[in-house]
Amino acid sequence: MAGKAWKFGDDIDTDAIIPGRFLANWNQQPERLKQNCFIDLAPEFAREVTADDFVVGGANFGCGSSREAAPVAIKMTGVKIIIADSFARIFYRNCINVGLLALESPAASAGIRHGDMLGVDSAAGVIRNLTTDESYSFTPIPPFVQQILDLGGLVAYVRMRLGIE
Amino acid sequence: MSTALLHAHPQFRLVAIPNTLYDFCARVTKEIALAATITEKILANAAGREQVTPGEIITAKVDAVIGHDITTAAFRELEKMHVDKVFDREKVYFTADHFVPSPTLDAAAQLKDLSAYIEKYEIKHWFAQGRGGICHAIFPEQGLIRPGMVVVGSDSHTCTFGALGAFSSGLGATDVAAAMALGELWLKVPSSIKFSFSGALPAMVTGKDMILYTIGRIGVDGARYKAMEFCGETIRNLPIDDRFTICNMAVEAGAKNGIIEADHVARAYLEGRTRTPFLTFSSDQDAAYEEEYCYDVTRLQPMVAQPFSPANVAPVCEIPGVKLHQVVIGSCTNGRISDLRAAARILRGKRAAPGVRLLVLPATQQIYLQAVKEGLIEIFVEAGAMISPPVCGPCLGGHLGLLADGEVAISTTNRNFVGRMGHKNSRVYLSSPYTAAASAVAGYIIDPRQVS
Repeated sequence: MAGKAWKFGDDIDTDAIIPGRFLANWNQQPERLKQNCFIDLAPEFAREVTADDFVVGGANFGCGSSREAAPVAIKMTGVKIIIADSFARIFYRNCINVGLLALESPAASAGIRHGDMLGVDSAAGVIRNLTTDESYSFTPIPPFVQQILDLGGLVAYVRMRLGIE
Repeated sequence: MSTALLHAHPQFRLVAIPNTLYDFCARVTKEIALAATITEKILANAAGREQVTPGEIITAKVDAVIGHDITTAAFRELEKMHVDKVFDREKVYFTADHFVPSPTLDAAAQLKDLSAYIEKYEIKHWFAQGRGGICHAIFPEQGLIRPGMVVVGSDSHTCTFGALGAFSSGLGATDVAAAMALGELWLKVPSSIKFSFSGALPAMVTGKDMILYTIGRIGVDGARYKAMEFCGETIRNLPIDDRFTICNMAVEAGAKNGIIEADHVARAYLEGRTRTPFLTFSSDQDAAYEEEYCYDVTRLQPMVAQPFSPANVAPVCEIPGVKLHQVVIGSCTNGRISDLRAAARILRGKRAAPGVRLLVLPATQQIYLQAVKEGLIEIFVEAGAMISPPVCGPCLGGHLGLLADGEVAISTTNRNFVGRMGHKNSRVYLSSPYTAAASAVAGYIIDPRQVS
């Protein structure tokens, strides 16, 4: 499976991912976030993105507001993987919690250009750039975090902890 | 080698230990290994451990979980978890501050749902519209935040409470739901960066100017995942409101938390607000820091953060003549009583320049009332200001003062990202209340010392 890279710069803040004016009652109908994802920064994104595509950022991706609506907006477009040089900490946690894979890879962030075709080989632990024929490793996911992901996210983790079926 | 020498040279802990000396050194190392920062000590206490190490993942008990109207989302996650009560109804605090009074039908529906959740989950500390204010101001004001606590909340500026010597950090809605369910949180122990300030602040230079300067120096990811610890004689002499401002903006440098040791100033603030006992923690002199910065504030000038980053900082005098359409004074960063007094000191007997919309947002109902009693509101109204209820409103481009295409504002808030206060082609400058008030009078950005 391969998808196109949507390349963004450094310090992409969560206001740029989904502006504050769309936050009122956002998770009553989270699918409504899709049409406004990156609305001010890249208005074509919401129209053209496909479910196989990747969001690729620079350093400190997702800085600013703690709004969980930001990773959810990206998830609602169908995108499943975000690659960045580094992530802001609240955004990174939110990605884990909403089931969006956030891969930290300075090499991929530096090497990937907008529009490159990408794939991820989870078994080998590499991101492949099919356009340039390069491969990039990514920072392994901490075991504790992997445990939450394996359970299916934080909601499932809490249910397991509390013995709720 | 004496223990005293080891204390004086904490870096000796990192030196490889020859086998023959192992037993002796291991004993000494164990003794001094307890040297820790305030953040590490609070987290160790919350994890039921003697010590924690930066980088390790721990599970910490939380003493409070906070939220606001947008955190209605967390209750929906709690329902998905099939959790029908919170871990402790006295340790969950909610207020309505972002989209109140409801500007849209979505906001009205959200507030209606939140009120129902508050009732369903029997949340004790709920500050409904007209009875509270902005989360980061109302909870300390009501004595609900105390030194040594671990506080989490689904708002990135939750780090504000570090001003009272608490560990506090922002999270997303699902994390907050998990914290409300379990009363605990997994987190990576942050390493700490020490910011030591010396010297006396010049007139009309404030905590806001200190934190803008600091973020300007280290950048928006300069403290990513780290604890920012603020100390030194300037901090010891700094009023509590300025300390809240400084810790509030730690997240703008990417920090997990900002923190100041609770001292006589913090205790004076807590006096009369709480009778609940609390633990105070302080950093050991030989605690390990990832980095240390020392700033002398003696010649610090009023600063502004220019569009579109809180780290794009310059002294006000270096960016003269930026014409303004709007001035915002308030928010969780600078909406406390001393902020309003500072603005009133500039605005007394003056008027906002023609073409400038001046908005004042006291941070809580109590601050609003205090400002009425002190005559500050009268000064603002006579200066041509519109007074807002205690809400976040324009700060996040929500309501009550959005900017149009091409408009420019100066604001005492904390973010100036593209489109933060409205249109993507609008521009926001961040400053202290003195600078914002002076700029309202001038009609363009100006050093407050030129107006008074």
